[in-house]
This record gives sequence, C-alpha cells and structure tokens, in this order.
Amino acid sequence: MEKREPFFWLTVSSSVIILAFIVLPLFDMVTDPSLSMLMETLKDRDVLHSIWLSMYASGTAALIAFVFGTPLAYLLARTHFRGKRLIESIIDLPIVIPHPVVGIAILSVAGRNHWIGEALSALGIRIMGSVTGIITVLTFVGLPFYINTVKDGFEAISPRLENVSRSLGASMAGTFFRITFPLAWQSMIIGLIMCTARAVSEFGAVVIVAYHPMIAPVMIYERFEAYGLKYSQPVAVWLVLVCLLLFLVLRVLTLRKAKES
Amino acid sequence: MIRLEDLNVSLLNFNLRDIHLTVAENEFFALIGPTGAGKTVMLEAIAGLVPVKSGRIFIGEREVTGLPPERRGIGIVYQDHALFPHQTVLQNITYGLHFHKAQKTEAQDRRKHLIDLLQLSHLLDRLPTHLSGGEKQRVALARAMMVGPEVLLLDEPLSALDPNFREEVRDALKELHKTSHTTFLMVTHDFSDALYLAGRAAVIYQGRIEQIGETMEVLRHPNSLFTADFVGMKNVFPATFEGDRATVDGLTITLAAPVGSSKKYISVRPEEVVISRESVSTNGSIPLKGEIRRVVDHGFYFSIAIKTGGVTFQSVMPKSMLLDRDPKDWKEAYVHLRPSNLHAF
Repeated sequence: MEKREPFFWLTVSSSVIILAFIVLPLFDMVTDPSLSMLMETLKDRDVLHSIWLSMYASGTAALIAFVFGTPLAYLLARTHFRGKRLIESIIDLPIVIPHPVVGIAILSVAGRNHWIGEALSALGIRIMGSVTGIITVLTFVGLPFYINTVKDGFEAISPRLENVSRSLGASMAGTFFRITFPLAWQSMIIGLIMCTARAVSEFGAVVIVAYHPMIAPVMIYERFEAYGLKYSQPVAVWLVLVCLLLFLVLRVLTLRKAKES
Repeated sequence: MIRLEDLNVSLLNFNLRDIHLTVAENEFFALIGPTGAGKTVMLEAIAGLVPVKSGRIFIGEREVTGLPPERRGIGIVYQDHALFPHQTVLQNITYGLHFHKAQKTEAQDRRKHLIDLLQLSHLLDRLPTHLSGGEKQRVALARAMMVGPEVLLLDEPLSALDPNFREEVRDALKELHKTSHTTFLMVTHDFSDALYLAGRAAVIYQGRIEQIGETMEVLRHPNSLFTADFVGMKNVFPATFEGDRATVDGLTITLAAPVGSSKKYISVRPEEVVISRESVSTNGSIPLKGEIRRVVDHGFYFSIAIKTGGVTFQSVMPKSMLLDRDPKDWKEAYVHLRPSNLHAF
C-alpha cells in the first residue's frame, strides 16, 4: 500500500475535527430531549405557531427576494458599468452588518420620525411588533444570498444564447422567459433555499423589530431564558427538523427535474 | 446587402474606426484578421448587439443602426454553436418561427429543405449535448436560416471543429449559400476557409480595414506589411523600383510590368518560390543561383531557406515536385521566380 505523506494526514485530521465541531453539538441537541418531551412540545400551540410563523415569514421573504432580486441579479450578471462593484458591495452589506444593527436600522426608517415611517403609518402598515416587520427584516438579511446565487447562475449562461435568440426575432423579455429563465431556474431554487435558510436562522434583528409575534428562534431564546436549556431544546429540534425536511424535499425535486432536463 | 458607412464602435478597451464596407446581395464575404482585430465586434455591431458610437448600418435598403437585433433581419452563428441546451434539435431549428409570421406551408417547405440539405432528419429529437461538433454547427446553421434572414453572420463557424467535421460544415455552408438569397458575412482567421467560401474578403487589423478585395487577390497581392505578414507572405523585402526592375540588396529582379517608383516593397508567396537542383528556364522565370541555408521536412513538403545575393528566400516545396529528392543533401540550388508572381506595394 502506498505510504501517505504527513500532509495527507494533516488534511484528514483537520477535516475530522471540523466535521465533529459541526455535527456533535447538533447531534447532541437533537438526541437529548426524550421522544415524549418532543411530542408534548408538539402539542403546544405557541410552539407550532412560532414554527409556522418562522417558515411563513422566511418563505415570504424569499418570494420577495425572488420578485425583486431576480431582475437585479440579471442586470448585474449581464451589464458592465461604472459603480457596479459598489452596488455589489451594497448588496453584500446585510451579510456583514451585526444583526441587532439591522433591526435598529430598519426601525430608524420605519419609525414615526422618518418620512418612510410616516408614509407607512398613513397606509396603515406597522413594522414594529408585526409580521410585516419580521418579513421586512428577514428579506433584508436574506436578499444577498438570493441575489448572489442567482447572479452566478445567470453568469453561467452564455450571453451568446441570448444574442442568438434576439437575432431570431425574440425581444429581450421573450428571450429572458424562453431561454434564460428555463436555464437559470435551478440557481433560483438554490437561491430561494439559501435565502429562506438565512431568514429562518435570523434572531438578532427580529428581536429588536418584533419580539412578538414570536418566530421560532425568539421562542427558543425565551424558553431558554425563562426555563433553561431543557425546555428550549425540543422547540429547537422541531425547527431544525422542519427546516431539514423542507430543504430536503426542495433539493430532491430540483435534482430530479435537473436530471430529467 | 450590407452597407456600413463611417462606422465607429467604442467599447471598454477596443475601438472600431472609420469602417466603410459594402457587401452585395447574396455575396459570401469574409472578414479576416488576427485575434482581437475587431472582427467579432464588427459582426455584433451589424447584429445590434453592441452600441454604435457613430456611423450608419444598412441591411438591404433599410437603415438598421438604431434597431434592436430582433428587427434587423439577421441570423447569427457562433463558433461554439450556442444551441439552446434545454431544447431538442427540432425545437432549436423552429425557435425563430415563434416570432416570424410565415405561411405554414412555406415554413414547412423551408424546414424540410434545411433538414434535408444539412442532413439532420435523424437528429431531430435529440438534445444538443448528444450531438457531435459538426452536427451542432449544422443545427445552428439550420436554426439561423429557418427565419430566412437577409444576412447571415458567421463568427468563426469552422474554427472549433475537428478537421473531418470542418470539411463537412464547410461544404454545408457552401451549399446553403448556393441555395439561398441570403448575404453571408463570415469572420475567420483562417485563409483557407475564406478562399474556399468567400468571393471577397476584408483584412481587419486594430479596428480598421486594412484591405478589401477578391480573396485570392488579397492573398497574393497584400497592400501593407501587416497584411503581407498575416496572409503568410514570407518573402517581403524593401526594394527600389525602376521601370520593370526591382533591386533588393544588390539583387536585381525583373517584374512582369513596370511599377511606380512610389512602391517600397517587393513580395512573393513561399509557394511561388520554386527551387530546383538544376537551372530550368520556363514560363518566363529567371533562375537565380543560391546557397541552401535551411531545410525543414514537414512530411508532405519541405520548407527551404535559400540565399541568393544578399536575399534569403523562403520556399515551400511539395515533395512530389522535387521528385522525392532530398534537398537536405544540397549545398546549392536554383531559385525560380515567375515575374507575374512578384508583387510590389
């Protein structure tokens, strides 16, 4: 048998450490609560509502990212202009800003002292302590994940395909829907998954904007603060399981469709 | 017909300058030049895919300068085929029909004609990933021609193909041109493709047209040092001219006819420099005795450098012309230059 170099063993041992670092706490958390406790938690309407709200608000944020982010991702993938780097950096800002700061920033424009806040208030839209506020925060933090993924997807499609389509008589919009979209939808699904995943995990910004109604991470935090680790774990397990199931189903569907085409 | 009037295109790091070009209806025209010369930019400007800084573009009698690509009546075929990967061959071919109002029977006839001519009938249900390079390019041609474009723009359509597919597509292109009314404009850096397909050609260099003419004429009679070098004119020498005589480094060569004294260079293609062991005087060629400096065996031909006077000529000699004798053993030989093959510019 070929003798491996020490460098090879270094890479293997680093990999094992990293994987253990990620998997062990999660595994421990998932296996810690008893089955009866898990089932009991599932009967708690507040828990069910918080998980539902988390999924609903994250899904809505992803849909908003899809509607408004797709044209922007396309524009960035297909055009070169002065200041493009700046725009790309602005899009990445929500990734690097500390989470509570995001909440504070959103509140500062949505408050009564700002014209946007005033306008929203006049329209009867409330941000503070509302589902709308939660969705706004989750869209803010999830957008970069959607836009960057979809932009990469568009860039992977040769502009020549679009050029040929235009030369054959299709308008820009016709070309987008007949050629670009069918070739980029997989990256859009992945972008939606990334955006939703990021939104589901958000806590710091949401807790500033809307402690109530409670999304699952806020509820986990509250249970931990009020009753300790033991009572927060089952909620966390259910949130993780629901997320895993959802993403798994989406991934399987995407891969199957990709293979078919 | 294509007409470009004083066309200027300015991209990030490239300029196309003062382009005047007219390509007649149903002509097969080649744009030749090295990589980065501006050939593809010119093609894409005609297609409406890059913005024009100034000048005008006409297709047929219509000015199309401000029109979007879909309203120019053009077809475009790229080197990498650019087939829609999620559509079958048939869907690719008929894609343009979604946007062109054509009589059903007319469309069917055209489809049948193209599928037969380009031998695609057995491929119609396949996806592009399952096609060979030649098949892909034939599908791309059928797709572009299906909408009956006034102008077909071909961007290096043969250069990504293996030699056997290359011939197949080249023949298909020729046949397609013969059986249509479309004007063909092909970008290429390969002179043999241009010679085989195009009646006329333009050489482009650094965003400008260097020379326009019949393809063979450009090949044999370049008018600048760049074009001479680009078309493989390996024997280009600074010369002085007087009547029908040129003097190069003390060597006097007789030309077919007197040329003006404003000419600066004399040139001859390496294929037209004939080398023989003995002095032979035929077809008006003048034998010049020289010293063999270098012989490289290329399999079917030799490239030979021979020095006569102060001038070293490069020659390409097919082995059959040397009757299988090996010039590597020669110390001296004769250079034969036919006056009609000598070109002054």
